[in-house]
Amino acid sequence: MPPDWPGGFWWHWLFFTVVIIGFVLTMVMGAIYLERRGMGRMQSRLGPNRTGPFGLLQPVADAIKVLLKENIVPFTADKVVHWLAPVIAFAPALMIFAVIPFQNGALLADLNIGILYVVAVSSISTVGIFMAGWGSNNKYSLLGAMRNVAAVVSYEIPLVLAIVGVVLIAGSLSLNQIVLAQDIPFILLQPLGFLLFFAAGCAEINRSPFDLMEADSEIVAGFHTEYSGMKFAMFYLVEYAEAIAISAIITTLFLGGWRGPLLPPWLWFIVKVFLVFFAMVWTRTTLPRIRIDQLMAFAWKFLFPMSLINLVITAIQVLAGWPTELAWAMVIINIAIMVGLVLTWSRFFFRLGWGRLEV
Amino acid sequence: MKFERYGIGIAKGLTVTIRHLLRHPTVNQYPEQRLNVSRRFRGNELIWNRERCTGCGTCAKTCHQGAIEIATSPDATNNKYEVEKYQVDTGYCIQCGLCVEACPYDALYLGYSYECARYRRGELVQSKEDMLYTPERKVSGYFFPEQAQKLPKQTLLIEKVVEKK
Repeated sequence: MPPDWPGGFWWHWLFFTVVIIGFVLTMVMGAIYLERRGMGRMQSRLGPNRTGPFGLLQPVADAIKVLLKENIVPFTADKVVHWLAPVIAFAPALMIFAVIPFQNGALLADLNIGILYVVAVSSISTVGIFMAGWGSNNKYSLLGAMRNVAAVVSYEIPLVLAIVGVVLIAGSLSLNQIVLAQDIPFILLQPLGFLLFFAAGCAEINRSPFDLMEADSEIVAGFHTEYSGMKFAMFYLVEYAEAIAISAIITTLFLGGWRGPLLPPWLWFIVKVFLVFFAMVWTRTTLPRIRIDQLMAFAWKFLFPMSLINLVITAIQVLAGWPTELAWAMVIINIAIMVGLVLTWSRFFFRLGWGRLEV
Repeated sequence: MKFERYGIGIAKGLTVTIRHLLRHPTVNQYPEQRLNVSRRFRGNELIWNRERCTGCGTCAKTCHQGAIEIATSPDATNNKYEVEKYQVDTGYCIQCGLCVEACPYDALYLGYSYECARYRRGELVQSKEDMLYTPERKVSGYFFPEQAQKLPKQTLLIEKVVEKK
């Protein structure tokens, strides 16, 4: 399939823009349903089951409810910033999908710096969230937004370092090339990188256990305390669109993207995205929210050194020639390295005083 | 060797949640599904046996909430007391069951029903006619083991799981 499929620059642009918007909105609905039902079952509940068969229409009901609600803007809010924030937060979540291949060559823009673009664009949401916190003129909103900025600044580093390991093996920054390079999914060649990316990714998009910016028990609803109606719906959408985006990136980088037997490639892609999202729901249900000092400590004392070690090991392996006929031996070696490192560093992490600021 | 500090706790937690995902949810969808309550359930109303009652008023004396009111008049022809007024304010009742235990003639039972919410406070007062036994108003097995045998066994949440389509 030629890279400019389905032919013609503008047709290509129009087709994929429509596909991406449709894909994101549908996936968000699926994600909301999966999360609420799955989380319910994990907590020994049923989850929403009243709207439509098996509660399938629950996301629609949620959307209608939230659309019909009154839009309240605080009297002392910075009106323009308050209004712009949801839009600025939402746009990057959509923009990430521009470089994610749905099947071979089927992507809006096959940038040769694809993953760099993803890293650059995904951080922009934080600006939107900080604008929301600042524009609301509410102490809780501002606290939530500050926490988000702190988390993103810290977790961006291990996130990018984990990506670098993948890029070293694949030898390309283009996401399509990275998928093509995965004869063995990189989750096996880079198990430690996958763990680091997953943890840092969850923190980056503020899913629990790292959802400190909207910690209900401490700061009401964080940055979207003062939002209601359609603008709140936008933030809700951002939350899930980002989760889907991170799932899609993990799928592309570590799980072999659209590659897989029997099923058509785009279906494999969607299945894998939902698998990763399910893992996020699973961790969310299991783990309690951590404190802000633990959040920082986890980034700087655990993820950051681990990602540096991971990078060094990967670099040595790639420099040493990466014997393709011995790939499965490398898989076993890398998994052993991961287990050993995680165990020893968890021990060391407690020695470092984990959440405490002084060592 | 302690494994608690090697991230084992997270793995344990993850297995717990995944096990919950695979088993039945312990939820009762109330209006459609009703569980059988305990056979010795202390329900929110009293059942009164008019024939056995002698009007001695022990129940009213035992009730520390003062929820039971009883008024009798002597019936000389039958050589007994006629119960003229017997009413219970179930709004005051705390379902302690002392009246049932105190009754020397086994004329008072606790009810088995639990849907006794009312719109007005006055409707909470059970008069004499409201307290008689009817097939809908079942008697609880509290303090009466032979009554308990007639009631269905209590269902537990873990047994009862069917999702409504």
